[in-house]
Amino acid sequence: MIQASGLRKQYGTTVALDGVDLHVRQGEIYGVLGQSGAGKSTLLRCVNLLERPTAGTVTVAGQDLTALGSGDLNRARQRIGMIHQHFALLSSRTVAGNIAFPLEVMGVPRAERERRVGELLELVGLDRRGKDRPHRLSGGQKQRVGIARALAGRPDVLLSDEATSALDPATTQSILALLKRLNAELGLTILLITHEMNVVKAVCDSVAIMSGGRIEESGAIADLIKTPGSRLTREIFPLPEPAPAGSVTLTFTGDPRQPVVSEVVRKFDVDLSILGGSIEDLAGGSVGRLRVELAGTEAPAALAYLRDSGLIVEEAA
Amino acid sequence: MTWEEMLPLLGPATLETAQMVGWSTLFTLLLGLPLGVALVAFDRDGLRPLPALKSGLGFVVNIGRSLPFIVLMIAIIPFTRLVVGTTIGTAAFVVPLTVGAVPFFARLVETALREVGTDVVQAAQAMGASRTTIVRKVLLPEALPGLVAGLTVTVVALIGYSAMAGTLGGGGLGDLAVRYGYQRFETLLMIVTVVLLLVIVQLLQSLGDWVARRLSHK
Repeated sequence: MIQASGLRKQYGTTVALDGVDLHVRQGEIYGVLGQSGAGKSTLLRCVNLLERPTAGTVTVAGQDLTALGSGDLNRARQRIGMIHQHFALLSSRTVAGNIAFPLEVMGVPRAERERRVGELLELVGLDRRGKDRPHRLSGGQKQRVGIARALAGRPDVLLSDEATSALDPATTQSILALLKRLNAELGLTILLITHEMNVVKAVCDSVAIMSGGRIEESGAIADLIKTPGSRLTREIFPLPEPAPAGSVTLTFTGDPRQPVVSEVVRKFDVDLSILGGSIEDLAGGSVGRLRVELAGTEAPAALAYLRDSGLIVEEAA
Repeated sequence: MTWEEMLPLLGPATLETAQMVGWSTLFTLLLGLPLGVALVAFDRDGLRPLPALKSGLGFVVNIGRSLPFIVLMIAIIPFTRLVVGTTIGTAAFVVPLTVGAVPFFARLVETALREVGTDVVQAAQAMGASRTTIVRKVLLPEALPGLVAGLTVTVVALIGYSAMAGTLGGGGLGDLAVRYGYQRFETLLMIVTVVLLLVIVQLLQSLGDWVARRLSHK
């Protein structure tokens, strides 16, 4: 749905994007994770050409945006919704007026606009707030207005620029739940950028980790978790790095109640001490990561058994 | 001087001041608003970056802003004659008043428009809004309280300028103050004129403040 190739963005001598490729599939929630200054905001703004990349192409829904003139670009942008960290609502308009704005831009007639605004208010759970001014709303409600506005023109894609970063944790959860629901119900493709791993864990199907204007790692979360040494896994599970010599890190991707650890101790002549670990719900399943130390003559055999049971086994040097 | 003698002087003079200020406010709005929008839109990071044109406009505006009004008024007499055919009377002074107020108001418009957050402008761009739509439906409505405040300041400044116009044959309250208060030592008329101007300015400022507040939804 979104395909960016070889994106470079330079401001004078500062390189904000250094050859970025991004592929977002239809219907998925794709997260770009990185610290501030990593280039993720520039990347997002290159997708709808708020920033024009110095080099590279951006294709959304099969259309090469970088090749369009300004009139065609504006029409293409009407198919791409965007929500913003600080909501970017018009204080001169009511809630309903804000949601109607993109429809006015698209030239939708008044009666049709009013009907659609009613639907959207209901969709985001703000049925009775249409006549209010945005400054009367809480942060979470403002972002709901932002989401309704972004969806007004039935876009193919929603871009989210740190949409929950200005919200408290409970409100963040409710906005993420709304995005997840819209993704499921409308088949909406969502590209979001965030500096919070929690956002990625809560809603994303795929992720790209950015740093210094480059994507360091990207792919479906389920796949990355299974990739030994993946940066995503290390960042999700806060085990001390580097792993102490002689320790073994086990990653479980199946049913967390599988009693593999006790099986190993029973079947082999080994002692097992747990150094740390945790379990997270990710990408529709549970993933656990455990750091242990195995002592005993049958330790190599025990490790082989764990590998055969489908665990990812990483031995520290 | 008695009230019976003063009223026939004050009435027409107030009307002349109102006419000069009223017409020049209208023309200032019509010319200054687009100029202010241009100063913002043609900026380097503006909607339509044309830095050279913006610098040129800024330079012209600064010339207008740096000339004292009384000098400007005299300097553009040929232009005034060209436009209205005469250089005395109330109508003739609408020209220098407008020329003097347009750069002033344009800078206030520029400031008010810059107060509009770049985030709402970018949100509109992301929706595919054209530049004219962004000016009409985002920049101007969002800046409206500031624009009203700027217009109020401009009207008050125009009342001040119009008094100077009075001394060169424009009529109005300024003319009255010079002819009767200064040249004939009519202290009572002078006091009445001062009070009248104070009341008019206060009322206009309060009205402007009230409208700006009503329009603000921050």
